Amino acid sequence: MPNTVFSPSIESRPTYAGLAPRPGAPAIMVADEAGAAAVTHLATVDATAMAKAHVVLVGAPAETSDALAALSPAAVQTVPDLDTATPIVEQLLSQARMGTQLFLAGSEGLMGHISAIALASGMALEDIQMEHRGSIARRMQCVHCKGITDGVTTDPFTCSHCGLTLFVRDHFSRRLGAFQGVCVDAETPGDIPATEEIRP
Amino acid sequence: MTMQFNDETFRGDYTYRNSPEAIRRFPFPFDQDSYMYSVNIEQHPGGPQGSPFEHMFDVDEHYVAEMRDREITLAEDPLRCQSLPHMELAGWDLLELIMVSKARDYPDLFSLTRDGNDWHWVNKPMGIDKRFTFLDAATLPYGPMEYITRQTQGDFALLHERDGNLWMDAGMVTSQADWSLDFDVGMNFFEWHAPVPKARQMGVFDKALKFLLAVGQGQHYRRLNWTMTVNPRLDTSPENYHKWGPEKRTITPENVGHKQFLRVELQTFFRLPRSNALAFPIRCYLASLDDLVTQPKWGRRLHRVLRDIDPDLADYKGFAVNREVIVNYLSQYDDGEPTSPGIFPED
Ligand code: HEM
Repeated sequence: MPNTVFSPSIESRPTYAGLAPRPGAPAIMVADEAGAAAVTHLATVDATAMAKAHVVLVGAPAETSDALAALSPAAVQTVPDLDTATPIVEQLLSQARMGTQLFLAGSEGLMGHISAIALASGMALEDIQMEHRGSIARRMQCVHCKGITDGVTTDPFTCSHCGLTLFVRDHFSRRLGAFQGVCVDAETPGDIPATEEIRP
Repeated sequence: MTMQFNDETFRGDYTYRNSPEAIRRFPFPFDQDSYMYSVNIEQHPGGPQGSPFEHMFDVDEHYVAEMRDREITLAEDPLRCQSLPHMELAGWDLLELIMVSKARDYPDLFSLTRDGNDWHWVNKPMGIDKRFTFLDAATLPYGPMEYITRQTQGDFALLHERDGNLWMDAGMVTSQADWSLDFDVGMNFFEWHAPVPKARQMGVFDKALKFLLAVGQGQHYRRLNWTMTVNPRLDTSPENYHKWGPEKRTITPENVGHKQFLRVELQTFFRLPRSNALAFPIRCYLASLDDLVTQPKWGRRLHRVLRDIDPDLADYKGFAVNREVIVNYLSQYDDGEPTSPGIFPED
C-alpha cells in the first residue's frame, strides 16, 4: 500500500510527498507499524539510507522491529506510544548534526505531532519528509478546551477532554500538529448530525 | 472638546450603544451597491476630519469599555495573546508606534516623554502613569505587545517576514470574527486564509501578499472588511462559539433592527522599523441595523448588498441563517433611489 492519496482540500491541510532518498545524510526516522513499510521501501531504493539512521518505532510488534533491524540502521528503538516517543525524539533532535533529515511515516497523528516538535526545536520544514501509511485517523485539537484527541475516525466526534461534540475541519495547525475540531451543535444545542466515517 | 467614554458592555446585558455622532462616523464598508472580495487597499491615515481614518489609531467613545472587555477575555483565556520568542522586538516597535501616534494625535488623552530609553507614558482615560525603560521588558508588567495592546482598541497580528511570505508569529486577539489566534500562530499568509472561500482562486490573496511584502518603512495602508454579528459582542471567537452560538438563532423580524449588527474591521498595515515585521491592527466597529438606517444612503445600500450577496460569502460570514429576516427588514428602507458613490453618508 503506497503513500495515501487524499482528496484536494484547503491550503492549510498538509499533503505528504513521500519519503525520498537523501543519500548519505544522517537521519531520524519515526514510524508506526504501517509506516515501517515506507522506511523499508526507502532502504530498498537507497542503500545508504539506514547506516546513519536512528529509528524510533511507535506501537509496533516485535516482527516489525526485527524487520527494520535487519536493514542495519544505526539504532532501532521501540516505544509503546507517542507520549513515550516524545522525549526520545526531542533528545535526538537536540543532538542532531547539521543536515540531519527527519523521516516520518505512518498516521497523520504521528506525523503532525512529531513534525510540530521538530519545528519547535528549530528544524527547517524542508528537512522533514513525510509519507502517509495506514489509518486515516486524525489528531484533533478541540478549539474550545484545547485538548487533543488522537485517532479520530468519525465526524462528528466527542472531545475526550470536555465532552463537546465536535465537527472535523480540514484546517490544520502545523505548530500544534493537529486539525481543528469545532462544536457541531453550538447554535442549536442537542441537534447533532449523523456520525460518518471520515474519508481520505 | 474632551471625549466622553461610554460605560457599556459587550456581553451579558449588552449595553453597548452608539451615540448619533458615532453613527455618523461609522466606517460603512460599501462604496457601491454590491460586494465581492477584492484587494481594496488604500493609504492610511487619510480621510475627512472626525472620521475613523483621520488618525493612525482611532480612539472613540467605546475605548474604555472595550479595554475592560479585553481584560475579561484575557483573564478567562490567556492564549488570546501570544508571541513567539523572536517577536519581542516587533512588540517594542509596535509599542513605540502606538505611543508616539496617540500622544501626537490625542494630546489631551495621552502623553509620552522620552529621555533616551527612559520613557514616561500617561494614558488618562485608563488612569495609567508609567515610567519604564524602552527595550527592557523587565520594566513593564507584560511583554511590550501585550502591554500596549491592553490599552489600544482592536486586535493585532504581528507578521514576521521570511521565505517570501508573512508568518503570524504574534498577536493579541479578543474581538475576532470567528478565528483562533492559538490555532493560527505560526501559519503563513495562505495557510491562515485557507478557510476563506473564492478569494484564492480569484487571485486576491496572491496580489494582496505581493502588496504587503512591498510595504516599506514609513508606509502605511488600510482596508475594510466586514461581517454580521448578533448582539454587540466583541468576543465572537471559535473558542467560545458554544457560548455565543445560540444567540445567533434569536433573531426575529421584531428584534432584528436592534439585535443584528454590521461588524466592520478597519485593518491597517505598518512596516515596523527595528524588526522589519509588519503590524496588522484589526479594529472592530459595530453598528445595529437601526443605527445604520438613520443614514438613508446606508439603509438602501446595505439592503442591496445583502440581498444580492454570493451565498458562499453569506455562509462563510455566518449570517446565512438570518439573511432573509435581515433583508426583509432592510427592504423597508430601500425606496429604489440611486445611491451616490463612496462610503460616506449624504448630508
Ligand atoms: C497580513 C495581514 C493579514 C492578516 C493577519 C489576516 C488575517 C485573516 C484571518 C485570520 C482571517 C480569517 C480566516 C479564517 O476563516 O480562519 C482573514 C480573512 C480574510 N482576509 Fe485576511 N489577513 C491579512 C491581510 C489580508 C489582506 C491584505 C487581504 C486583502 C484582500 C485579506 C483578505 C481577507 C478576506 C477577503 C478574508 C475573508 C473575510 C470575510 O469574508 O469575512 N486579508 N484574514
